[in-house]
Order: sequence, then structure tokens, then C-alpha cells
Amino acid sequence: MRGELSWKELEVGAIVTEPGNAAEYRTGDWRSERPVRKQELCIMCGNCYIYCPEGCIVLKEGRYETDLYYCKGCGICANECPKGAIEMVEEGK
Amino acid sequence: MPRRVALEGSHAVSEAVRMADVDVIAAYPITPQTHIVERLAEMVANGELDAEFICVESEHSAMSAVVGAAACGARVFTCTAGQGLELMHEVLFVPSAMRLPVVAVIANRALSAPLNVWGDHSDVMAIRDCGWIQMFAENAQQAFDLTLCAYKVAERPDVLLPAMVHIDGFHVSHVVEPVLLPEEETVREFLPPSEYPFPLDPDRPVSMGCYGPPYIYTEVKKAQEVAIENSYEKVLETFKEFKDVFGREYRPVETYRVEDADMLLLMMGSYAETAMLAIDALRERGDNVGLVRLRLWRPFPAEELRNVLRGVKAVCVFERAISFGMGGPLCAEVRAALYHLPEGERPKVVSFVGGLGGRDVSVEEFEAMLRRAKERVSSDELEGFEFVGLRE
Repeated sequence: MRGELSWKELEVGAIVTEPGNAAEYRTGDWRSERPVRKQELCIMCGNCYIYCPEGCIVLKEGRYETDLYYCKGCGICANECPKGAIEMVEEGK
Repeated sequence: MPRRVALEGSHAVSEAVRMADVDVIAAYPITPQTHIVERLAEMVANGELDAEFICVESEHSAMSAVVGAAACGARVFTCTAGQGLELMHEVLFVPSAMRLPVVAVIANRALSAPLNVWGDHSDVMAIRDCGWIQMFAENAQQAFDLTLCAYKVAERPDVLLPAMVHIDGFHVSHVVEPVLLPEEETVREFLPPSEYPFPLDPDRPVSMGCYGPPYIYTEVKKAQEVAIENSYEKVLETFKEFKDVFGREYRPVETYRVEDADMLLLMMGSYAETAMLAIDALRERGDNVGLVRLRLWRPFPAEELRNVLRGVKAVCVFERAISFGMGGPLCAEVRAALYHLPEGERPKVVSFVGGLGGRDVSVEEFEAMLRRAKERVSSDELEGFEFVGLRE
């Protein structure tokens, strides 16, 4: 990822010459707690999908999952889940 | 053939900017800089200069406007003084990090309070770390010459940094002096149109001034520091090219009668011309004194300064600013540059502060300062600084 560039590889003035690369920014780095989902409790209501402010709840093979590349760990999904299927777990544990 | 004309220092700058054929000027009037932009506004209104003149509502906007214009590849100009430079402060750090070759002339002025429109270097010292190339002119001719040099070095593809020329408020900005004005053709040849490599262009989109989180900010700052360090050699080349075309020679560190000197007086700005008379008078009486003027303030010419000062018994630093609670900021940098010289080659340094808020320093006062400097060196009173011309 571009964040690993050395100072010598930067364009003059740190200009970004490749448009639209904000998608590469790993906002998941900000997270101190990550959502852990118990798929057996999930009723596929889609509340987490709707409430996630980052749009990082994705459907994979018919089940909801969190894209941890972008998830900032805000915990809204866990708060909104009517079944308590999402638990916020401290990073590093 | 160059024409010898009588010009106010401010108008010498305006002439240089006109001959540089700038595209965009944004400025807000402030004493003692106003005459520069007033004349430029006239030139634009009279059709003598084909440029956009943006009348902005503040210096913060002036710098923002020229940063934007420079990002489009325009050759730009702004100027200010004192409080205006302070209001510009926040934006000054942007073109240096974004590597935009903005050129500004500062008519150095004291800072409030008390309100004072006269000259000193308080404004310069407050923006010392803004990342611009900074040069000091002593008179109207140098103000003209260094403005051209500022464009020449700033726009070099291997430099791309903003450059600032300092002229003392009133002592340079408002004094009429003879100035050799070159043919416009010669200036055009010296300063061809700017070729900024990444102008904002819908066909070649780039993003400028992006967000720089912790994982990249250090790398960006390293690249910026290397750029300004490397610009030192390019400043030397620019001064050489300037001499080849116009015949006048500039150096990052300039000297006057330093041969066999025991004590060197060191300063920046127009008081060096008064100090020369003091050096002459003292030399006549058998005192081995000389004068050192810093032409280039950033990048700081530490090595050249060491070469000039090495082995001299003492250096007397005179400056027009105080870093409150620390002393003279120029003196601190001179001392730092000399610190690693081996004992025996390292001069003793004494610090004097004067000429604040437009206070004159006379030839006699410079002579007295050098006599006092000698006393301080022989009695080892090296710490702190003394005011010049202070009423106790």
C-alpha cells in the first residue's frame, strides 16, 4: 500500500498523481475494538448493514461480514443488532 | 544597455516583478510594503503588466490566492510586512511543503504591541521556520536583483520552493536610490516562463495538499528538508548566473574588510551599509575589524559562515529582533554553527540587539558597539545580549 512509500518515492510536494486512491486508505488502523459476529445468532435483518456509517458491512455468500480494512470499530453495529450477535472485542486480544 | 534611474526601494521591487512578467498578484496593503503593490496595481491598470491583480481582504487570503494560482502553474507575487506577515503565517507553510514556487517580498516591520509600523526583524524571526528560501537585501539595487534571483531559483525544477526577499521597512522600502535597470529583454532571457511540472489540469489530474496521516507525514517532511538543503547549491548557481548576465555578484555570506580581522561584526539587512562606515573609521584608527552580512538566511549557510568566521578571535552579532526569554535568534544560530569548530578556531560570540521598531543606529553607535564587544570578550562577559541605544 502507498502508505509504505519511502521519502524518496514521494512525488514532489507529496502530490498524488493517481486519482481516486483514497480507497487505499486503511481506516481499519484507527480501530481499538473489532466487531466479532456470531453467525448462528444472526437473523439477517440487515440493521448492521444499514447503520454502519462506513458502509463496511458486506454480504459474502449470503451472510453479513465486516470489512476490517475499513471498519473503524465504532461499535454501532453491535449496539443496533437486535439479537446481540455482534460483540466488540479489544484489538490484540 | 542598463538605465541608471532613481527609484524608491519599493518601486525597484515593483519593476523587478513587472520585468519578471508575473501572471497573478494578490496582496493587501500594509505599511511599509504598500508602495510595492500600489505601483504594481498601476502597472496592471495601465496595461504595462499583463497580470491578474486580486484585491484580497487579508494577507491570509493573499497567500492563499497565490498558492492556488501557483498550483495552476502561474508565476505569482505577493508582499507584506509585520502584522500582515503574521496574518499570513498559517498559509506560509503550505507552498513550501507543496513545493510551489511562490515569490514574496517582505518589507520588514516590527510587531505589535505597542503598535509600530517601522522596521525591524521581529516579523522575519516569527516565520523563520516556514520552509521558504529567504534572502536579505540591503538597498534598492539588491531588492531588484534578489527579486529576480528569487524567481530564478524558486522555479528551478530541481528546487521548486517558495522564496522570500526581505527588505528593511523604510530604510530600503522608502528610500530613493540610484538603481541600474536592465533591458527587459535581458530579464526575459534570464527568466523564461515558469515550467511548473504539475500544474492543475483536468487532462492530467493530480491531488495537491492531501491529508498526510502519521504513517507518511515524517517522510513528507524529510523530503521537504532535503529539498531546501539541496537548494543551497542551486542558490549559488543562481547567483553565478545572475552575475554572468547582470554583472553584480551575490554570495550567501558576504564580507567587507575582513582581512586579518580580530573581530567581525555580523548582521542581516540594510544596517550593514551604516556599519561599513563604522568599520572604515575603526580600521583607520588601527582596529582590525570587519563586517559579515548574511545574504541568505534560509537555507542557513552554516558551512560558508564557518569558513568565514573560523579562527577569528571574536564575532559581534547585531540583530533587530529578540526571541523573548532566549536572546538574539540570529546570534543563537551563529553560535550553533560555530559550536563544533575545534577550540582555538572557534570565535567567542557576543550578542547585541538594536534598531528595534525603526530606531536608528548611527555609525558612532556601531563603533561604540564594537568597542563594547571588545570589552565583553576580554572580560569574558559572553552570555546574554545587550541593547544598543537603550535609555537606562
